[in-house]
Amino acid sequence: MGFLQFIWDGIWAVLSLGNFALIKILLIANIILITVSYLVYFERKISAWTQNRIGPNRVGWRGALQPFADVFKLLLKEDIVPEKANKPLHTLAPFIALFVAFSTYAVLPIGPAIQIGEETVNLVVADINMGILYVLALTSIGVYAITFAGYSSGSKYSLLGGIRSSAQMISYEVSMGFSIAGVVMMAESLSPIKIVESQSGLLWNALIQPIGFITFVVAAFAETNRLPFDLPEAEPELVGGFHTEYSSMKFAGFFLAEYANMIIASAMIITLYLGGWQIPYIETLNLGTTVTTILQISAFMVKMGALLFFFIWVRWSIPRFRYDQLMSLGWKVMFPLSLLNVVYVAVIIMLFNV
Amino acid sequence: MNLELILFLILTLVAAFSSVMVITRKNPILSAVYLILNFFALAGIYLLLNAQFLSVVQVIVYAGAIMILFLFVIMLINTENEASILADKKPIKVFAIFIAVLVFAQIAYLIFYSNPAELSNGTIENLIKAGQIESIGRELYTTYILPFLIAGYLLLVATIGAIILAKKKFE
Repeated sequence: MGFLQFIWDGIWAVLSLGNFALIKILLIANIILITVSYLVYFERKISAWTQNRIGPNRVGWRGALQPFADVFKLLLKEDIVPEKANKPLHTLAPFIALFVAFSTYAVLPIGPAIQIGEETVNLVVADINMGILYVLALTSIGVYAITFAGYSSGSKYSLLGGIRSSAQMISYEVSMGFSIAGVVMMAESLSPIKIVESQSGLLWNALIQPIGFITFVVAAFAETNRLPFDLPEAEPELVGGFHTEYSSMKFAGFFLAEYANMIIASAMIITLYLGGWQIPYIETLNLGTTVTTILQISAFMVKMGALLFFFIWVRWSIPRFRYDQLMSLGWKVMFPLSLLNVVYVAVIIMLFNV
Repeated sequence: MNLELILFLILTLVAAFSSVMVITRKNPILSAVYLILNFFALAGIYLLLNAQFLSVVQVIVYAGAIMILFLFVIMLINTENEASILADKKPIKVFAIFIAVLVFAQIAYLIFYSNPAELSNGTIENLIKAGQIESIGRELYTTYILPFLIAGYLLLVATIGAIILAKKKFE
């Protein structure tokens, strides 16, 4: 027994390292992977409904196993690298995209702190006090994935796609940063947990600063390269954009990263503007800690589902912007609006002394 | 060897290796890529020194914004005959060596004759606090408000100048 106890103590010491970081990383990575595969399925289903088609319905019950069929198809395909490609960069690009997509989630909380035995466990991998800046830093690295993919492929379509995307992302990162500034001013902190806690009751930032909410959501669409802002891969003009020359698992890497980025963008919108895991006035119901926590985590998931549906809904309803329209929208509308939002929030804080 | 020392060794080796690669690569894109790697290693070193804000800003501003613009420009211009441009221009080389020696002397002076730890009253708590965003914000808006505003105006002037120059070319 003594020996088993020793092994168990060792395992427990490793598992509980840094507020159970290992377990949380494992959980988050798997949740993202499964969500991504079913997000692709739902994207195809919803697009079919909007276009009055049936959509995938062959593999499994109503096509429910379609994501696995897709993954196996991509895995078994031949990996083609163009002759003129810069091979190290060509291979590195999808890995950067995946790295950014998965590591951003480390600072976004899905629920309030819970008690397991004697330990208080935060439902976030790393509770760092400048979490929002960490997310911004990682998204700015994400641009490299597309720029490198565009340059290293040795193809003019890829290059044009890569250049377009770097211009687009830099332009929209500016208004994204200024929208976040409004939220940070309200919460007086850069920690995602504190930002969520500052939106108790109906003090959701989406209601207090609607302009910032709109600019952030639009910037999030542009940052994730989703329609109506998917200029980097505009098929009619650029073939496949930056991933024209990618095939097999490297292409799947970009594909995965795009959907994982959608999940992150939704989680960011929820954390910053929609009150995170909070349900307004749930504490007045006296439901007990366990029930409340479960309800709050489900509330986060429901908000997430609604936002992801919104992302897909917009993609199949709104046509793509032209490149010059995109740029003038970014600099002449979004940027001044987000600056206006900062001033507006400052005035609100001054008047109500929040 | 503790974890901090191991991380420090890895990061410094990466930083030194990448900075050598930056100046020896013929392909400017590869140079830029190694410079980005160098910035990341530097950001890691800042983190080890408890300068969290500086580290994140290093990634956002240098790695995220400035280097993207560099890559953007390099990709758009033709860089194939770059080697021949620099080959027979002696004054440029002499000037470059002069600047390099000057900067090296400055850094050597800073390393040998100043003690940055003394500036923040020495104690470890003060040093940790100095790297946090709250204290940086407070210092910027109280003690250093004048240089901060002047830097802001300089940037504004530069932005307006760039717009005017770009407009002239297209009209």
